[in-house]
Amino acid sequence: MESLTLTDVEQKYYSDLFVYCDTDNTKKVASNGKVLDLFRAAQLPSDVVLQITELCGATRLGHFGRSQFYIALKLIAVAQSGLPLRVESLNSVKDLPLPRFVVAKNEQEARHTAMYPDLENQGPYQGVIPRPPARGQVKKVSPDTTSPVVSPHHSPPTSPHAWRKHKRQASGGNVERPPVVVAGAVWTPFRESQSGPVVAGDGMWSAHSPPPVQESWVSLKDTYPPSSSKLPPMHLSPVQENSSIRTVASVATANEIQRQSSSGYDDPWKITDEQRQYYINQFKTIQPDLNGFIPGSAAKEFFTKSKLPILELSHIWELSDFDKDGALTLDEFCAAFHLVVARKNGYDLPEKLPESLMPKLIDLDDSAEVPDQAPDVGYSGSPVEVTPNKSPMPSLNQTWPDLNQGNEQWETFSERSSSSQTLTQFDSNIAPADPDTAIVHPVPIRMTPSKIHMQEMELKRTGSGKMASPYDKSLCCLGCRSNSGTSPEGLKVVAAPPPPPPRPNASHSRSSSLDMNRNFAAHPTGPQQSGVVACPPAIPPRPLPTQTSGPHSGHRSDEGLAAHSTTSPQQIPEQPNFADFSQFQAFAASDQPNDDGEKHPESLPVEKSTEGAGPLRTVKIDNQEERAAATAKGSIMAPPPKPVRRRLKSEDELQDEALPPKSNVIATVLATLPSIPRSVGKDKKAIQASIRRNKETNTVLARLNSELQQQLKDLLEERISLEVQLEQLRPFSHL
Amino acid sequence: MEHTQSRDACWHSRHHSKMAVCIAVIAKENYPLYIRSVPVQNELKFHYTVHTSLDVVEEKISAVGKAMADQRELYLGLLYPTEDYKVYGYVTNSKVKFVIVVDSSNTSLRDNEIRSMFRKLHNSFTDVMCNPFYNPGDTIQSKAFDSMVSAMMVQAS
Repeated sequence: MESLTLTDVEQKYYSDLFVYCDTDNTKKVASNGKVLDLFRAAQLPSDVVLQITELCGATRLGHFGRSQFYIALKLIAVAQSGLPLRVESLNSVKDLPLPRFVVAKNEQEARHTAMYPDLENQGPYQGVIPRPPARGQVKKVSPDTTSPVVSPHHSPPTSPHAWRKHKRQASGGNVERPPVVVAGAVWTPFRESQSGPVVAGDGMWSAHSPPPVQESWVSLKDTYPPSSSKLPPMHLSPVQENSSIRTVASVATANEIQRQSSSGYDDPWKITDEQRQYYINQFKTIQPDLNGFIPGSAAKEFFTKSKLPILELSHIWELSDFDKDGALTLDEFCAAFHLVVARKNGYDLPEKLPESLMPKLIDLDDSAEVPDQAPDVGYSGSPVEVTPNKSPMPSLNQTWPDLNQGNEQWETFSERSSSSQTLTQFDSNIAPADPDTAIVHPVPIRMTPSKIHMQEMELKRTGSGKMASPYDKSLCCLGCRSNSGTSPEGLKVVAAPPPPPPRPNASHSRSSSLDMNRNFAAHPTGPQQSGVVACPPAIPPRPLPTQTSGPHSGHRSDEGLAAHSTTSPQQIPEQPNFADFSQFQAFAASDQPNDDGEKHPESLPVEKSTEGAGPLRTVKIDNQEERAAATAKGSIMAPPPKPVRRRLKSEDELQDEALPPKSNVIATVLATLPSIPRSVGKDKKAIQASIRRNKETNTVLARLNSELQQQLKDLLEERISLEVQLEQLRPFSHL
Repeated sequence: MEHTQSRDACWHSRHHSKMAVCIAVIAKENYPLYIRSVPVQNELKFHYTVHTSLDVVEEKISAVGKAMADQRELYLGLLYPTEDYKVYGYVTNSKVKFVIVVDSSNTSLRDNEIRSMFRKLHNSFTDVMCNPFYNPGDTIQSKAFDSMVSAMMVQAS
């Protein structure tokens, strides 16, 4: 045998081919059958083939050793290039092109259809299609090896991309089975400097094969034997199988089979770009309009060619026809195709359509993207037809409604009673001003003296009594008092806005009132009834409004609040007396000019506050009486200084609790009346507030009056009965 | 697992809603395209029951003389009650019949529920028909159809 010198490229190529033909994996001998097939595929006249076989020495040997094989290949190249077959030419011919083997691969391109008129003559090789992979592997080498040679002429535009893209596919261990299918197709184009379309088709095919090609590049050397061993079996069938009319489906199937095996990286059902490209092309063969449908009958025909059992095809159809309209859109078609491929590959069909195969919901770019692109999203838009019950909407959608819902709740909080949900949201959304607040009022922290706000306040106030305490807290925190009328809140609001309303107030007046009530009940003084009766109507002390109503002094309000808060605990027991005393004290302290009743209360709180910040409740019963009288006389019944209660009084003043409950009550009532802000500047609001307060006081007093009247009646009746008894007894005494 | 299943069965037997004992799809030519019953042992009995119910169906269909499908409602209602079972019928416009057999003891099943069952059957059947790989006249082997029917059947005890 002449020594054979091969170029590197040739070396690689030949060794790949040898491996390919090495069915028995002997690494030394190529199986005759395969070799002969290969030679036949070289499209040389059979006598030439015989000649070559003879020349290479295989006839002599009876088998194709590696060297024989290589020689044969070289001779084939020689023959193909038109040179006479001479052994001498083996080494003499320079720049001999690599032997070309026409394989079924061409059919693949033919499938790509009209685009590749060159390949039409490959028709008869249709049967080969399914097995391109086998060839592919060997072929792979070809493109790889030849690409350096060929590329300058026509490297498929997309293939580099595809290759790069699919590099990752090589990650799997499946390199050995690089879905080489395309490689076969690559053969001819590469070798024959075919026209652009072919190349392009190649490119697309390369898209399929890139992974394999790439892989082959990378790993071919390593995985030769294993890969090749796989190839031969495949190789045989394609060549010999002529009967079946394999459509692209089968080709694709084969492709995809390879692909599937090699691309198990994340999602076995994921369609790669090349696959999608391929599917799209196939779709085009049936339905040129990518936005259109493939009717069921056409699809049936198409997929039947894949030779899957009808039952399975039926199942595939069920899975992929998302909208159940009996026709396939592009997405549905791709999904179906993918499933067919997978099935061919041996994968079991899923019960449900995998997510990655679900028809896309968005309309993708138009067909402009499709041709020869390997974009990530290269499919043209297809009508969105996703039945909601079929497509599992991303869970993302679920989270949003919740949020929105929450927001709604948040916004409408004022109209509804507070709920923990909104509470939470509020807290999370806005830093709660008062951490103590159990219930977060939806009202914005920045309070503006708006009607709505005040109305809300009112709503809050009229809310459940139970909620009073937390409500009050929150309200207080927000700088509003619920139990009082809107006026105090308004006033308070006025005072509060710039700085966050003073929150320290823990004394929710309402609660305190409740406590007071409890207190009253708990400590029944003398005439229990009256005491008890008297208590409820008593307006709970409202230090806050009065305090804060002093607009001129936010400080004061703070004080007041602080005072209030601190005094609230103390308030309770001393409630009855507290307010009165302080009030009267204020009176006493003041000049007592009663010209302007309003002023009085104003002065009182002022003085009170000035007296001290300590929340001391001082109630002087003695004073109370006087004050009560004085106030009753002098003042217009303008709301006595409420804050009075809070005003610190020296403890000394707290004394004498023997006051008749009624006077206590009266005093209390008077005391609870809020004071009017002193400053004249804020008269209007103050006046309004005071007016409101007065009205409230009036109502309270009226109620009190009626109750007292009732009591009086009872007492009178009692008295009468007693007298009657007495008289009954008297005559006896007389007697 | 079985424990839960038996529990479910008990629950179902108590709250029998929408639970059929046998469901059948009969072709126009009166041969079954699909028939499935839950206590598999008594399958033959159910087959017989369905078969006899076909007479009633025919009767009801032919009752409407001239105006064919227009006047005839698809839902046929209770075809006939036996001591153990109640049989309901439904006909499509292509003369494909659906028959549902329910347990007589299942009193909670109301007419509306039966109607909805038939509607579901009809929809699934339509889907099967839309499948180009399904040849009308073949037995129905669609998994989706199967699962839909299973959902309607009483849990196997």
